Amino acid sequence: MIRFEGVTKKYGDGSGGESIAVNNFSLEAPTGRITVLVGPSGCGKTTTLRMVNRMIDPTSGVITIDDRNTADLPLAELRRGIGYVIQHAGLFPHRTVLDNVTTVPRLLGTDKKTARLRAMELIERVGLDPDLAKRYPAQLSGGQQQRVGVARALAADPPVMLMDEPFSAVDPVVREQLQNEFLRLQSELGKTILFVTHDIDEAVKLGDQVAVLRVGGTLAQLATPAQLLADPVDDFVAGFVGRDRGYRALQFAEAPELELTNEPTVTIGTSASEVRAVGQPWVLCVGDDGEPMGWVRAGAVSGEVTRDLLQRGGTVASTAGSLRALLDAALSSPSGRGVVADADGRFAGTIRASEVVPVIEARQQSVAEREDAAASALQGEATPA
Amino acid sequence: MTWALDHLDQIFTLAGQHAWLAGLPLLIGLVISVPLGWLATRKAWLRTGLLTVTGLLYTIPSLALFILLPPLLGTKVLDPANVIIAMSIYTIALLTRTVADGLSAVDTSTRQAAVAMGYSTFGRFRAVDLPLAIPVVAAGLRVAAVSNVSIVSVASLIGISQLGYFLTDGYARSFPTEVWVGIVACLLLALVFDLVIQLLARVLTPWTRVAA
Amino acid sequence: MITFATVWAWFTDPANWQGADGVPTRMLEHLKFTGITLAIALVIAVPIGAWVGHSGRMRWLVTGANAARAIPTLGLLFAVSMLVSPLFTSSLAFTVPSIAVLVLLAIPPLLSGTYSGIESVDPAARDAARGMGMSDWEVLTRVELPCAMPLFLSGLRSATLQVIATATIAASISLGGLGRYLIDGLASQDYVQMVAGSILVALLALVADLVLALLERFAVSPGISGRGQGVARRRRLRFGRGGDAAASVKNSTDAPLGADPA
Repeated sequence: MIRFEGVTKKYGDGSGGESIAVNNFSLEAPTGRITVLVGPSGCGKTTTLRMVNRMIDPTSGVITIDDRNTADLPLAELRRGIGYVIQHAGLFPHRTVLDNVTTVPRLLGTDKKTARLRAMELIERVGLDPDLAKRYPAQLSGGQQQRVGVARALAADPPVMLMDEPFSAVDPVVREQLQNEFLRLQSELGKTILFVTHDIDEAVKLGDQVAVLRVGGTLAQLATPAQLLADPVDDFVAGFVGRDRGYRALQFAEAPELELTNEPTVTIGTSASEVRAVGQPWVLCVGDDGEPMGWVRAGAVSGEVTRDLLQRGGTVASTAGSLRALLDAALSSPSGRGVVADADGRFAGTIRASEVVPVIEARQQSVAEREDAAASALQGEATPA
Repeated sequence: MTWALDHLDQIFTLAGQHAWLAGLPLLIGLVISVPLGWLATRKAWLRTGLLTVTGLLYTIPSLALFILLPPLLGTKVLDPANVIIAMSIYTIALLTRTVADGLSAVDTSTRQAAVAMGYSTFGRFRAVDLPLAIPVVAAGLRVAAVSNVSIVSVASLIGISQLGYFLTDGYARSFPTEVWVGIVACLLLALVFDLVIQLLARVLTPWTRVAA
Repeated sequence: MITFATVWAWFTDPANWQGADGVPTRMLEHLKFTGITLAIALVIAVPIGAWVGHSGRMRWLVTGANAARAIPTLGLLFAVSMLVSPLFTSSLAFTVPSIAVLVLLAIPPLLSGTYSGIESVDPAARDAARGMGMSDWEVLTRVELPCAMPLFLSGLRSATLQVIATATIAASISLGGLGRYLIDGLASQDYVQMVAGSILVALLALVADLVLALLERFAVSPGISGRGQGVARRRRLRFGRGGDAAASVKNSTDAPLGADPA
């Protein structure tokens, strides 16, 4: 657990005055969880992060990691026990990917062979082709460089990770991939992570808890992502969290067991007469393993169902998914019936928006109780062991 | 000090010759290296070729070049033309790379906008790339100017008349004052060149002064 | 009259290849002075340049050294010689001031090459290095110096050429080396000897520069120099955003031959 107690950072402005980057900041980042610091530029989120591994020394206040005061630890020991990932990866251009990843283990005195074996494992673990190990950073794409940055930070298996806008410098598609793989990795590794971003969507997606900071370096709100969307503490947070909060908050609401409508399905190659026999304007087409492929307009089929006829606009929700996914599946489906698949990706049934909405309304009535329960659970874990 | 005041006439005469020997090559060098630098931005192999050749020319020590040019060109050893040509070679060697770098540094979006507006290759070069490269070219020119003023003084060893005369003459007569006067005069001349180039660059690039 | 034949005759005359005034002796002298000078200048300039680049303090040292390059080399040579020579007897009276001036001239390019090399290291790489617990010394030796290699080496090439050229001129204050052919030839109106000497000096400079260019191949990580599978192109793209014109002028003026002459 990382704990900030009344941490303040002031900078002299050169003419006797001073500016406050971080002001009396207190926070607990619980062990094994992702805590995201988010806020507009100038809110001191990066300064806050960099005070943990003492890249910046606080003016006053105490930062502890597992109840050990960071100010009392030898600098090298402190930093080598913390994985550090930054925006432009900061790879060493003169070293191969493999040698970049082995840096910290080598500094810690691990022999070359062991360090390399472990590095190769990590390179694969972060989703990189092992063939890239011999390349130099300049030969990699931005996304690949960022993966190497993560592998390098994980190399010495530090319990704590600091991540400063690690996915900001890559394009949106790659960013989403990196975020998903980061979550997968974290579910395996369970590191204590402090994560800085200016992107509220990223914060809400990745954080177990989210700390919103305002300019001047004060904590505006600390909450779970769902709480944050449901109940922003003031206008600043509400404005920062942005539009479509109600809809976005649904992604944290697990879908309850719903009555799904079974649906007659067709496959590629089904004849036009069989399609029309279903007797509906839109018919769902599934693949060989029962996975939903798309809707077919019955009137458009002449001869047999072909891939060209598939309407693929609809999203597919999962039975284990969120209310948001269910609602979106219903809203995006040309037939008005949202496609739901089971855990194995097989078609499970359909659901209409009009069936999801009552569930949402019922949920709203009990939301306060549930949020309170979630918050106290988080705090329970956060108390010192 | 008195010595310098007593020899003001001579100082100005030699300074004038020095300025001519160091300054004319700057103009010649600029005129030649702008098209060369432009060529270097066109094709990678042209860039490598041009920069290699000009780079090799730059490695030849000045005194050696002053002596090698007369038999190659058929000029007399004492002909100031040797110095002008040698200094032009150094200036070209320095500026070709600078011009190429300056032209390549022009913002890609600016260049593409110019292409999209229908500029021809040459029209774009003249109207967009070259003006935007002026600050970089001017910086290179300042380096060349200072270097030229220093190197020209070496030519006094082979008897070409300029401020370097004070250095060789002062040394030969074991008269330090004269050497110091020569050094200071060279420095002042270099400073004048530097200021003139800066001023010209400022006048030619009014847009760089708006930011403040 | 100087013709190819007369110069050829000079080079093929066995007398010119023997004794204290022979080509091998003069060439070795020239190399010796150059080597000693560079060794002294490296010992002075590299630690200072590394420290200034690493700490970001006292940048005026580099600016000052660069400004000092405006002093005419010939003037510096004569002035220092007149100041220092009386302090020594024997041949040291000529060697010491010459070496001193050569060192003074070699320092600015080495200093600014080392400094700008270190200063140009990607701040993110430096930040990451500190963040993973490297000490200042480790950051300097494991990250900054290897990354500074290209600019340091172009400073070294620049310094080497400067020293070879000025050592030639130093013959006018009685230093040995190849410059003797030029200065003695001038005194005795032996133009053939002057031209021959000039050819030797030019060749020495070219060979020295090529050797240093080859050194660059070995001393610089392929990850930085961009040799091999398309590294250079990618790197240019990636660093393009930071590649401002001023930085490129700095490089090009430090060493006009900074790039690959191969």
